[in-house]
Amino acid sequence: MPITYTSGEQVEVYRFSLPVAILVPLVAIFLQSFLPLRFPFFSIFDLPLLVTIFFAVARRSPAAGMVTGALIGLVQDSLTHQPIGIYGIAKTVVGYGASSLGVKLDVENIGARFLVTLVFYVVHEVVYFAVARGLVGLTLSWTWQHELGSAFGNALLALPLFFLLDRFKQRT
Amino acid sequence: MENLLIRYRNVSLLVALLFAQVLGLAVQVRRSPRSESTRLIRVWAVAAVTPLEKAIVWVQDSTGRTWRNYIYLRGVRQENRDLKYQIESLRLQQVRLTEDAGQARRLQALLGFKEQFIKKTVAAQVIGSTGSEQSRGVYIDKGSDDGVSKDMPVITAEGVVGRVLQVFNGTSFVLLINDQTSGVGAIIEKSRLQGILQGTPSGGVVLRKVLADEQVQLGDVVLTSGGDQIFPKGLPAGVVSSVSAGPDSSLIIQVRPSADLSKLEEVLVITEKETRVPQAGADSGMRAVDILARRLPSVPDNASATGAANATGIPLPMSNQPAPAASLPGTVVYPADPGNGSATTPRAGAAIHRTSPAAASPGEHRAPAQTKPVGATAPVAPAAKIPHSDADRKTPVQPTPPPAQPTPNEDKPQ
Repeated sequence: MPITYTSGEQVEVYRFSLPVAILVPLVAIFLQSFLPLRFPFFSIFDLPLLVTIFFAVARRSPAAGMVTGALIGLVQDSLTHQPIGIYGIAKTVVGYGASSLGVKLDVENIGARFLVTLVFYVVHEVVYFAVARGLVGLTLSWTWQHELGSAFGNALLALPLFFLLDRFKQRT
Repeated sequence: MENLLIRYRNVSLLVALLFAQVLGLAVQVRRSPRSESTRLIRVWAVAAVTPLEKAIVWVQDSTGRTWRNYIYLRGVRQENRDLKYQIESLRLQQVRLTEDAGQARRLQALLGFKEQFIKKTVAAQVIGSTGSEQSRGVYIDKGSDDGVSKDMPVITAEGVVGRVLQVFNGTSFVLLINDQTSGVGAIIEKSRLQGILQGTPSGGVVLRKVLADEQVQLGDVVLTSGGDQIFPKGLPAGVVSSVSAGPDSSLIIQVRPSADLSKLEEVLVITEKETRVPQAGADSGMRAVDILARRLPSVPDNASATGAANATGIPLPMSNQPAPAASLPGTVVYPADPGNGSATTPRAGAAIHRTSPAAASPGEHRAPAQTKPVGATAPVAPAAKIPHSDADRKTPVQPTPPPAQPTPNEDKPQ
């Protein structure tokens, strides 16, 4: 089954109601803050990032994708003690990239969803580390093993999560 | 130019968004971390997330408490018996430790040390985390409304947790000791080596600034040194788990935190500390070696020396903490001193005898720690009669067995 669109195919664009557009990211940020207390391993997941990717590829609008990513990232930044903007920049880039890619990919396909999430998790981490080390001067340790493991875990989690969030999509 | 912007609308927006955020970052980095230039944004974010967390924690806590307190009571009787036995053991231990603490206080007074004591704490529930591996901190359900303020130490019964970094009305952010931006003054209990306890990027804790030629053993206990002016001295921080050579001829000592930082539920915020010089009264001119000499068992009992010792006003062991003795059967405790609110020591000139447990008659078994002159070394009896007056001395009390084995070297000052 091809996962890319040809020029003749119609690209489907979705939108979301305002409550969903606000509440889903907030719930994701809440769960990201709450669950690691009960399940320490959960800190390898990045639910706000998965939601950013989902909204970006579903809307297929780079502008909407990057604004959504920036807002989610800034709220996530506010809950840490680091300067505000590190997650914001990383998720802005991811939002832009995922929505741009969403125009070319069939994001309903499970394989495509897995790969998109895997790739953009790594992109997110690279941008985050670059900003945190280069601009803010934080000392962070980068281990490919950990990052790729986390990327794989996030990509797996994305499958049921995206399936769940598909129910909130509305055709334009 | 306008056409160019329209044509590359998305790219232009991307550049604008990134530029704005980089600018914001630059401003924050340039300003002092204490300026809190982004406080408003953080307040909004915390206000959006923490109410739900508080509600969930409350429901979870209430349900758990109901289950544990009213339904699941299996093994409670056995546990109760075990705990009673444990209390008795700890009482014995406490009497002994009080003796040591008393000695330490006197020696510190002689050296002019100031001590910090925990005066008031606020119990708080952990309701959330940052959700980020790069920022290790937790949110607690107590804030400025509850008397919490910035830089207050946060602990659990196991040990140090972190310090309050940001305070909101009903919530506070606690920076954990395993965050790489945290730092705690620490000391290794056995070797007395001092260093700085810092977090690592991977979430571990290391003790830095210890010279490579020092001897550090695995399993050594690490305590707070009090040098950071945040944590009181002597709180357990962790245990040495590995030692390796680091750069610039120093050691990198991996420390396993005493408190389980990944599973925090309830913590204590130290809201009030008390800094005071240990009371030694008019004894400030006395040398530590004199006190130690008088503690040696070989020194003959001397009535005049005893009187002189008490005339100096040096507080006797347990003078500040009569509770353990008071709670034991057959114990007489000094009445509270109206002056300082603590139990009083025997008055100067009162007849104080050095009595060993073996020598004491069954009816007059006394705690050597409290009936001997200051510094005299003898085994500590847990439940002891403390003569305050002649009438007290005649009061028959139940004898209690002496401790297992006195160790004279234990009184050696650190």
